[in-house]
Amino acid sequence: MNWTAIAAIYRFEMARFFRTLAQSFLSPVLSTSLYFVVFGTAIGSRIQQVEGVSYGAFIVPGLIMLSVVMLSISNASFGIYFPKFLGTIYELLSAPVNFIEIVIGYVGAAATKALFVGLVILVTATFFVDIRIEHPFAMAAFLILSCLSFSLLGFIIGIWASNFEQMSLVPQLVVTPLIFLGGTFYSISMLPPVWQTISLFNPVVYLISGFRWSFYGLSDVPILLSLLAILAFTGICLAVIGWIFKTGWRIRS
Amino acid sequence: MTTILSIKDLRKTYDDGFEALKGVSLDIRQGEILALLGPNGAGKTTLISTICGITTPTSGTVTVGGHDIQADFRAARRMIGLVPQEIALEPFEKVWNTVRFSRGLFGLGHDSARIEEILRKLSLWDKRKNAIKELSGGMKRRVLIAKALAHEPRVLFLDEPTAGVDVELRKDMWAIVDELKAAGVTIILTTHYIEEAEAIADRVGVIDKGELLLVQDKKTLMAQMGKKQIEVMLTCTIPSIPDSLAHHNLVLNGQGDALIYTYDTNAERTGITTLLNDVAEAGLILRDVQTRQSSLEEIFVTLVSGDAA
Repeated sequence: MNWTAIAAIYRFEMARFFRTLAQSFLSPVLSTSLYFVVFGTAIGSRIQQVEGVSYGAFIVPGLIMLSVVMLSISNASFGIYFPKFLGTIYELLSAPVNFIEIVIGYVGAAATKALFVGLVILVTATFFVDIRIEHPFAMAAFLILSCLSFSLLGFIIGIWASNFEQMSLVPQLVVTPLIFLGGTFYSISMLPPVWQTISLFNPVVYLISGFRWSFYGLSDVPILLSLLAILAFTGICLAVIGWIFKTGWRIRS
Repeated sequence: MTTILSIKDLRKTYDDGFEALKGVSLDIRQGEILALLGPNGAGKTTLISTICGITTPTSGTVTVGGHDIQADFRAARRMIGLVPQEIALEPFEKVWNTVRFSRGLFGLGHDSARIEEILRKLSLWDKRKNAIKELSGGMKRRVLIAKALAHEPRVLFLDEPTAGVDVELRKDMWAIVDELKAAGVTIILTTHYIEEAEAIADRVGVIDKGELLLVQDKKTLMAQMGKKQIEVMLTCTIPSIPDSLAHHNLVLNGQGDALIYTYDTNAERTGITTLLNDVAEAGLILRDVQTRQSSLEEIFVTLVSGDAA
């Protein structure tokens, strides 16, 4: 393993994040505050509690997941697409690094940035609602796994995309609907039975459910199933990346 | 002389069926400057990209310092530095950081002194804190060279290093290449500018349509293929070449006041002495004599047009 190269990629990617630290910090604080004002206050005044938890507190895990998933995808896809767009990818391809090292560098940096934002949202939320974390280790594991797995997905999107429009295609058309319909702002049990069954085909349901369980012990699906789902998703992303690098798809002519 | 880079029957066929390299074989000697000349689309960049790992070869082998570029890619690539044809740099990053990144990417630990040395050598020291986007085109090219040198490569590829740069910068680049050669770095450069190959290369390779037409010592090449001309300028104009001089195969210039004689520099006898005696005997008086050697450019045009075959 060329750890020096991994560190170089990681540092270089993080530098972009630190150049815009103010935006990186302020943007999630502002958007979280807005969610609390709009969803927490407006809707929360009508829904007092969900399974014994105040509505404001109930949506916190979903809000964190929403930002973490979107940021993981955008950070990682941008991270690898930008060198392709600028042409600087020649240096990665001609360096003594293998693809596993490239993935660790880029995905590691993207996941770190998303994790940072996730923690900022968590801290911001404590100013609005009372939050308890019943299973802190599970919470950390779910958060880190989500950052990593969706950064892997973002990396795949970045490799696949041949223009900026394609970069936003998957996040906007697939991921955003799945997150909004995945129980971010409600419990699946609040839906009619048919929609409850349909929701079970949405992989994000397992993610948010597991993450919410780590906070309040509440879950729509068994916690083990949630864990298996996120592990399976990570495995699929790794397999796709393995195939991309084996074939050089969209990277090496 | 030791061979540092060995290419054997290298072929590259793209998915669309285009054969960019048709079995190129070439040995590059340690410490030499090899200029690869060829028209657009000849396969120069494909050859470099394949050696550097950007393009996967269809068949054939390449070893750098004895390391196969595929089986032992880490050791091979550590020895290679690449300055690409296009300016490709992260615009928002600072010069210092981008050079530091390149060094790390090639597996070498941070070394401020080494990076400073490179930046000073390339006149980039004052710009080290500037973002790349603030630099001029020439400065950006220097940054590309600095990045390629950051990991102290033994073989440096310069893909059209002076394309579109002004004369002053081109001369600077040549000086940098000279310094690198003195430090023992092997340099392979592709160029459109024949004068560049003529000025700095030790050997010249001519590539066209994916085939290496020849690789030869520059001086030998010019001597072998170079024809020399002598222009005998007369004090008066003459309507035609006198019969007594016909056997010299002379050409009379447009004004009728100069005779042009072409001879082979490698021939045992150039025939110049006889010519000058015959000119004097024909009653013609010399005003001046001038010689001219065919340039590498003329040789190149002759080769790629197939005349040399």
